[in-house]
Amino acid sequence: MSLHIDQQVVADVLIVRLRGELDHHSADELRQQMEEKILKGNVRNIVLSLEHLHFMDSSGLGVILGRYKQITGRGGEMVVCSINPFIHRLFELSGLFKILKVRENEDEALQLLGVA
Amino acid sequence: MINNKNFMQLQFSARSENESFARVAVASFVSKLDLTLDELEEIKTAVSEAVTNAIIHGYDEDPEQMVIVTAGYNDESIEIRIEDHGKGIEDIEEARQPLFTTKPELERSGMGFTIMENFMDSIEILTGVNKGTKVILHKNLVKNKAICN
Repeated sequence: MSLHIDQQVVADVLIVRLRGELDHHSADELRQQMEEKILKGNVRNIVLSLEHLHFMDSSGLGVILGRYKQITGRGGEMVVCSINPFIHRLFELSGLFKILKVRENEDEALQLLGVA
Repeated sequence: MINNKNFMQLQFSARSENESFARVAVASFVSKLDLTLDELEEIKTAVSEAVTNAIIHGYDEDPEQMVIVTAGYNDESIEIRIEDHGKGIEDIEEARQPLFTTKPELERSGMGFTIMENFMDSIEILTGVNKGTKVILHKNLVKNKAICN
């Protein structure tokens, strides 16, 4: 199973929904697709929805941290939502919860960014 | 290798698309054992980390090179070896530090060894500069047997 990336821009928020497996192989594709939207579109903030992400390893942590740095460097924010228990463990282990904002679902994430 | 009841070996080109093949193959091989879903996920993730390291760090993503994965189990434990004949690790203590990476430009998180250590019961790393790297992962099965009884 590979990674399916669904991107949608709502107001100034780039919503990225991931389905499948995020590893070193698919991380490159995710980085390229998100960078294209961030650099070309009127994107200020990011919501990353992981509801249908079934596998992730440290390569996924790297690409998420990379986009976090990119968007905060431009004065924006990143909110991650719908994290399953296994990915929760990876985030905890790597300390990502200390910097990332996390919400239960996409609606709550959008509310946090003032888009409802 | 541990005193095996059963074992298997895979050899494949150092291409990133083979990372999912390797972790799914190992998970499939051990699926007959009485593992929890969490334990299976831990094994898949640890294998993915070691194979990714072999491809990116051992071989600098040279698809002509080969990664070898050997897995075996007996009644007590599972052992999985991930081996490359690449450039090796200069400073193993440094490499094991959380967040340490030699390739920050590739957005590597530096969490590979930390994840392997946390998700497996033990890990050994045998490496030498230009001599390749062998990562040996262990998972104990005894606690599962105790639950069955």
